[in-house]
Amino acid sequence: MDLIESYREELRLIRKPWTGFWVGMIFFAVILLPWFSPEYYAYIATLIFIYSIGVQGQNLLIGYTGQISFGQAGFLAIGAFTFGHLSRLGSPILINLLCAGSAAGLFGLLVGFPSLRLKGPYLAIATLGFGITVYQILANSEILSGGRMGLSVPKLTPFLGLTKSMSIYYFNFFLFLFFTLFSYNLVSSYIGRAFIAIRDNDIAAEVTGVNLARYKLLSFAISSFYTGIQGGLYALLMGYLEPNMFTFMEAITLFVAVIIGGLASVEGSIFGAAFVILIPQIFSGYKELVPVIFGVTIIIVLIFEPLGLFGRWMKMRLYLRNWPFR
Amino acid sequence: MTLLRIDDLAISFGGITALAGIDLQVEEGEIIAVIGPNGSGKTTLLNCISGVYKPDRGEIFLNGESLLGLSPDFISHCGIARTFQNLRLFLHTTVLDNLLLGRHIKFRKNPIHALLRMRKEELRHREMVEEIIDFLDLQAFRKARVIDCPFGIQKKVELGRALGLEPKLLLLDEPVSGLTMEEKEESAYRIGEIRGRFHATILLVEHDLRIASRLADRMVAFNYGQKIAEGSPEQVQKNPEVIRAYLGEE
Repeated sequence: MDLIESYREELRLIRKPWTGFWVGMIFFAVILLPWFSPEYYAYIATLIFIYSIGVQGQNLLIGYTGQISFGQAGFLAIGAFTFGHLSRLGSPILINLLCAGSAAGLFGLLVGFPSLRLKGPYLAIATLGFGITVYQILANSEILSGGRMGLSVPKLTPFLGLTKSMSIYYFNFFLFLFFTLFSYNLVSSYIGRAFIAIRDNDIAAEVTGVNLARYKLLSFAISSFYTGIQGGLYALLMGYLEPNMFTFMEAITLFVAVIIGGLASVEGSIFGAAFVILIPQIFSGYKELVPVIFGVTIIIVLIFEPLGLFGRWMKMRLYLRNWPFR
Repeated sequence: MTLLRIDDLAISFGGITALAGIDLQVEEGEIIAVIGPNGSGKTTLLNCISGVYKPDRGEIFLNGESLLGLSPDFISHCGIARTFQNLRLFLHTTVLDNLLLGRHIKFRKNPIHALLRMRKEELRHREMVEEIIDFLDLQAFRKARVIDCPFGIQKKVELGRALGLEPKLLLLDEPVSGLTMEEKEESAYRIGEIRGRFHATILLVEHDLRIASRLADRMVAFNYGQKIAEGSPEQVQKNPEVIRAYLGEE
């Protein structure tokens, strides 16, 4: 039924029983996946979960607030190395993750300051500088980066009697779920509305009482917090870190994921993350082609489907709902 | 009681003097219309009051407190809302979201509630938004994206967004320009209603003299950034300076 009877009902995350049913089905499928599929698929799914968190963060910044940032690799590295160093000291994982996110968030706040003055491509250049700076500092500082051998990070100890790969799968899945719910709640709250207002018309946003400085910085902080978490989880999964994992290409990958997945949509971020993970896996024989595929896909998306994979998905749903009419 | 007082306000852009020392007083509860030919500084005046431009010289007081140097979002907290001549809406969101953004300054903001999806504030403000929707007849467009709405509706949404701030002073920049005859009448009626229903003082800039003089208690005419006439609508329209500004020399 489509009938909505109260405002409260309208504000629910899942409004229709059928949506609830499908979300539940997907949830169970994802829960059961590692039991019935080869370990390799579970590993790919884990990577997608981890990336989705970062892409959601990036989407909050680019898609919702309309601030372009190419410094994401820097935040990723800050999150990953914070997590790595803390893990080596032996503190608990969740605290480390929180610290990784917060450290990245703090730097996000700093990088956010130019956004108060700069717009569009100029902001992109300023943030790009940040990403490269972080890489250079790590590459030239053995204490921070762990030297030539890289920084080895203790891996997750299996819990609840699960196997190693299953526990890492579930750990990442629940964190992914947690952050996805956060994103949904955030974008439908007054904060998300303020972000959208800044993106659509900053002067009008200011005149309606949205404090530009506060919300732009908040957007940068939240976005880099997400990216820091992604970095931490990535470090945990990989078990070792080196600066070369966080080159400019990584920032581009996140950017590509946002554009292809769909600007300003949480589902789109997940699709986009899946895209940038799956394409290199599918074309693993032709690694040098991956950037070409990314580039061509972006052009196709921008021309034919500005809303990205999310837009396609919406249209498919609309088609199925109206079937057999069109 | 004087709500807004402007003393000797001046601003220039490069060599162009947009406002050359304007004095203006707006009394509480009145509707005051500002008229003048194109480029006479009407919109610049609104931009200065709402903080979008920083004037070079002069003072602006709202209820005796200076607004000079405050940022636009701070000024909106002081109780000034405005609409724009070329609509400035949040085009890619729904009408409802645009109106809720108008309530932004009234929200009790708690990030924890935002993250945990506790929406008590939202429900509280939704009532006011629904009242505005009722008042402006926007029911059918509640869930439509603003970019898909016709111009007349967009204009109403912008008015609604400004009303959401529950302003003491409402600045309307050409509220009826670009509308059809029918829509103009309707808007004019609504602007008159606002004063009674939302207790706002209105300063409006308008080109349509017929509607401006029907609405306004008092009228001010600008030319080349200077005030050339002030008084009741009839007085202003008969003023020889005003006639010269509009029609040129004989």
